[in-house]
Amino acid sequence: MSVVAKNAEASHAADAHEGDYLTHSRGFLSWALTLDHKRIGIMYLIGVMTSFLVGGILALMIRAELLTPTQLFLTNKQFNQVFTLHGAIMVFLFIIPSVPAALGNFLVPLMLGAKDVAFPRLNLCSFYLWVVGLIFFIACLLITGLDTGWTFYTPYSTTTEGPVAWATMGAFILGFSSIFTGLNFIVTINTMRPPGMTWFKMPLFLWATYSTAIIQVLATPVLGITLLLLTAERLFQIGIFDPRWNGDPVAFQHFFWFYSHPAVYIMILPAMGIISELMSVHSHKTIFGYTLIAYSSVAIALFGFLVWGHHMFTSGMADVTTIVFSALTFSVSIPSAIKVFNWLATMYKGTVQLTTPMCYALNFLFLFTIGGLTGLFLGALSADRHLHDTYFVVAHFHYVMMGGTLVAFVGGIFHWWPKMVGKMYNELWGQISCLFVFIGFNLTFLPQFVMGTRGMPRRYARYLPEFQDLHIMSSTGAFILGFGLFIALGVLIHSLMRGRKAPRNPWGGATLEWHCSSPPPHYNFASAPTVNEPYDYTPLAYHDEEHGWEYHQPNVRPTPSQSHPVIAKS
Amino acid sequence: MNLGFPFLLADKNETFWFPAQASTFAKEVDFFYWAVLWICIFFFVLVVGLMITFVVKYRRRPGYQGSSLAEHNNFVEILWTVIPTIIAIWIFARGASGYLDMVTPPAETLDINVTARKWSWTFQYPNGAISTQLHVPNNKAIKLNMRSEDVLHCLFVPAFRCKNDVVPGRVHYLWFQPIKEGVFDIFCAEYCGERHSEMLSKVTVHDVAGYEAWVADAAKPPTEPVAWGRWLYERQGCMGCHSTEPDKRIVGPSFAKSFGTTQKVLTGNQAGDEVINEAYIRESILNPSAKKRVGFESASQMQSFQGKLDEKQLNAIVEFIKSLRDGAPPAGTQ
Repeated sequence: MSVVAKNAEASHAADAHEGDYLTHSRGFLSWALTLDHKRIGIMYLIGVMTSFLVGGILALMIRAELLTPTQLFLTNKQFNQVFTLHGAIMVFLFIIPSVPAALGNFLVPLMLGAKDVAFPRLNLCSFYLWVVGLIFFIACLLITGLDTGWTFYTPYSTTTEGPVAWATMGAFILGFSSIFTGLNFIVTINTMRPPGMTWFKMPLFLWATYSTAIIQVLATPVLGITLLLLTAERLFQIGIFDPRWNGDPVAFQHFFWFYSHPAVYIMILPAMGIISELMSVHSHKTIFGYTLIAYSSVAIALFGFLVWGHHMFTSGMADVTTIVFSALTFSVSIPSAIKVFNWLATMYKGTVQLTTPMCYALNFLFLFTIGGLTGLFLGALSADRHLHDTYFVVAHFHYVMMGGTLVAFVGGIFHWWPKMVGKMYNELWGQISCLFVFIGFNLTFLPQFVMGTRGMPRRYARYLPEFQDLHIMSSTGAFILGFGLFIALGVLIHSLMRGRKAPRNPWGGATLEWHCSSPPPHYNFASAPTVNEPYDYTPLAYHDEEHGWEYHQPNVRPTPSQSHPVIAKS
Repeated sequence: MNLGFPFLLADKNETFWFPAQASTFAKEVDFFYWAVLWICIFFFVLVVGLMITFVVKYRRRPGYQGSSLAEHNNFVEILWTVIPTIIAIWIFARGASGYLDMVTPPAETLDINVTARKWSWTFQYPNGAISTQLHVPNNKAIKLNMRSEDVLHCLFVPAFRCKNDVVPGRVHYLWFQPIKEGVFDIFCAEYCGERHSEMLSKVTVHDVAGYEAWVADAAKPPTEPVAWGRWLYERQGCMGCHSTEPDKRIVGPSFAKSFGTTQKVLTGNQAGDEVINEAYIRESILNPSAKKRVGFESASQMQSFQGKLDEKQLNAIVEFIKSLRDGAPPAGTQ
């Protein structure tokens, strides 16, 4: 028996003694004051999923209102408030913390074979900062009247009557939550890797998380500065961005996008990390081009700092600046393309199993490819003169942010769900949810590309009747998409209540989190696990539904009969 | 190209993707769009085709034994780095050169001043004519010098394939050369508040003689005060927020049936009654937030017209509002 298996036995014995991390201690305070990264991750997960539900309901309200060119049930003002809150909640409360804070918190120490993150108290603090930021946003929701768009562009935001100060304070505090999480991960990954895990033996999810953390720590302070300047201008009429007091509105856009463009990579990089894991594990094949995927994460993180100007191609920057930003923007497309090709090549000659997480990963690949390719139109200056601020842009970034990050996030939840809660879920319904998401998503956003090229501007509460057909298609898609996501939620809730007990390693993953039991014990590992190659599947063999994949004699291939897991019937 | 969705072909769109090609930019933008589209379709089919092939060919099934080891292959890695890079460079270069044409107006242009405000456009022509819709001659290079009185706006003409932000405190320009007579949409493409989606206008492309006739006629304001007042009402942006139908609220109070009535107003935080008379109207145009009508406290959204209207013009507007006291709008002068 291998060393790993012995460790597993040892930690199994520990489970029986202490219970897993969910049952280790009980009561509200044991959760509220926990320093356990897994519990903090779960709390984040519940938090971001609730935020997503709210942001999603707002999105459906937008789509419902846009069924007709004239007013259906929202006044102009209400429509503006709804799309503002949709954007702000989705960006600040959902996407940015979704993968890094929820899944990252749960997974980073487990993947490192560590007991916890480097600074557990800072970790809890960052969760509570997120909660405080959430309260500020709820305040905006209740006061109603925030109508600036999530971008807070001046001078509109310095003159409107909505609770801009509340919202910016909320975003400011959420920024600190993000910085603390990033800082924690940088230190954790730098200092707590187990003996034998060199940088290039890390799972790619950790590379992605590490790259993300660097952006979080370097870029987020700029958002803080920007929002403070904005609040100062609103409250004390200091001229920074508002021309009435000799400020310059375009300066605000530079400040804002200097953070918010790298933030796009805070959103997508961890999702790419998830996909690297999912593609490899569910194809049962070593990831293709490990080094290039790892480097491309870092390259995206670095290039991401230099391309913020592409949000401002029509804002009146100098022509040379505009052209330089366009060139830099194209530089970021190359590492993304490399990743896509490597993921594809990973499947080549592997053993692809269409589990729910894999369905979501393939869905990601489809949608992200469209999202990435349509970016080419927008990065190119002459086409952008026509497409800027139209529905083409709306469709493009939803393909990247929602088709990319959200779909990867859901795939990641399904992948690590058995590890998190120790229960399996119904595969068939998981796959059905993915199908609905796929159909609904494309029906929602493909017509928006056409609306965009035909000239439909974004953020319009009313529109010309000639766009109605496309809007109706888009709204129909949105409801199908919402339905698909509700099925996914239902699958998870059903699994919590009725799910079959999950084995230690249901998918045959080779990274360290699969070495501890499902759900993991309080201290993760009884002793430091032995590090092996993160994507070497040769020593794994499938037993049965109850035991999942287990290590057998190292470096012996599983026989064919052992590699046919039956799809769960629970 | 018709992709087989005839029901989606709204009358305004000459092709599946685009509205009419009405400026010199349209050909280049549309060609470029199609070129990039075909590049995208190629890569999309490649990626999705391989994805489906691999899923089908290498799916887990009885009797199939996949490999779990990847062989590293430097050749393909270099191939799929270099080819996309070359294509990206071409897209960038073509886009940048098209852009330079779009931001470099020729030496001889017809200059029109544009003023944007919440939520209307005003166009001012070299002979002093003012209009809320843009009128331009065909086949002449037009340069719009654009200013904003309040927040960011963006002038967007889909048929011309160009747009540029209008930024308060700056003068931004947008040039184009129409090549097709007709009437085309103008949108505001930068979010500017409550009636952003109704900040629409039209651009009419005339033949040269038609334009000359129109602009000469538009430069002559009526002399009769009520008609002059309406003329100003239509051109100074008032009609964006104030209706001339009784009780119809756009943003501010309606002009109809208001003159001579007594209304509750807030002077600072002090509530009081105020008769809507010449003095009140004049003050409200020059200093909109001095006495806010109760129910319309967002008067701060209106800009002061101090220095933009002279006394005669103010009087004409007062006379116009007075003429609406019975609610029946007088016959238009347009």
